[in-house]
Amino acid sequence: MANAKEIKTVLFGPIFANNPIALQVLGICSALAVTTKMDKALVMCIALTFVTAFSNLFISTIRNHIPSSVRIIVQMTIIASLVIVVDQFLKAYAYDVAKELSVFVGLIITNCIVMGRAEAYAMKSSPGMSFLDGIGNGLGYSVVLMVVAFIRELGGSGSVFGVQIMPLISEGGWYQPIGLLLMPPSAFIIIACFIWILRTYRPEQIEKA
Amino acid sequence: MEHYVSLFVRAVFIENLALSFFLGMCTFLAVSQKIKTAFGLGVAVIVVLGISVPVNNLVYNVLLAPGALEWAGFPEADLSFLGFLTYIGVIAALVQILEMILDKFFPALYNALGIFLPLITVNCAIFGAVAFMVERDYNFGESVVFGLGSGVGWALAITLLAGIREKLKYADIPAGLRGLGSTFLVVGLMGLGFMSFSGVSL
Repeated sequence: MANAKEIKTVLFGPIFANNPIALQVLGICSALAVTTKMDKALVMCIALTFVTAFSNLFISTIRNHIPSSVRIIVQMTIIASLVIVVDQFLKAYAYDVAKELSVFVGLIITNCIVMGRAEAYAMKSSPGMSFLDGIGNGLGYSVVLMVVAFIRELGGSGSVFGVQIMPLISEGGWYQPIGLLLMPPSAFIIIACFIWILRTYRPEQIEKA
Repeated sequence: MEHYVSLFVRAVFIENLALSFFLGMCTFLAVSQKIKTAFGLGVAVIVVLGISVPVNNLVYNVLLAPGALEWAGFPEADLSFLGFLTYIGVIAALVQILEMILDKFFPALYNALGIFLPLITVNCAIFGAVAFMVERDYNFGESVVFGLGSGVGWALAITLLAGIREKLKYADIPAGLRGLGSTFLVVGLMGLGFMSFSGVSL
């Protein structure tokens, strides 16, 4: 097992310094569509962190036995099986959320974070560190998703986790909801601002023109 | 007939995979630097979607759906939980076969698409369209139209984005927004533009 410092970099590095969404441009495919409500986003985050961590663990455990010519198929099979587990679990215990997430749970399979980490990290590291790397990247993804979901739910429907914070005009309150925030394009604009802020504080991430 | 036309128009404009469901974003952002490559990738996506959605529709209806195995003597079997694994397998196999066919018979097209073809396997747009097809219970005819339509919509979106990005190269963008940030903003504005199609009644 590696020393404490290395564990810390692997676990917390992906949150800001090496964020999978903002810097590596991975996994935005399914991310943005589930951010209209915070509870939806939270379930998605947990599901993705679970899948990334365990796929990293399993792939890393058998990495020395996978012939490199068929490794993509092997990775895909492991990831798809894990996603099926998550999907069946959600359908059994959180049916309403599963219905709302519709196809996006399935889309974790093609989420580039899972595949990207399996290929870039788990194929050449020990199982323990790969597991932590999976959790770290899952957290990095979750931070972005939860921030976006918070802005969209608070601004778009005046609530947080479904609890009304700002009473809407239509229900006798004072808050006029910003309808745009519930529409798909707003997610892109919020992410763009997130990247802008992140890169202002960390100038080394700025791309060369 | 009218039903199919309206399904096609809906898949291309109103329910555009890239701009209203955020599918295929990774490649969408990564490969939209030049119009030429973006268009090539778009064509590849149309072809793969046009084939894989109907094929998966057949697989689902003949093998996986509840009660579908009646012809084999298992009327109670419900294999729909194996869906994800099967779809991704079918897509990967199709892309592989397509690659070999193109290599053998259309080397020019193969060279043009070369690197993008294998990438399409993990393109969420393909998998997303397949999952939508299953969820919405399309029949075979509808799935052909839906597959082609969503492919055309995706190709349209990526080509447009590449066009905008080519022009943006000459703009003076604040340092923190260069590259990824500005691309996100542009995609957001394009999404707003495409939303105006939702007023079209079919």
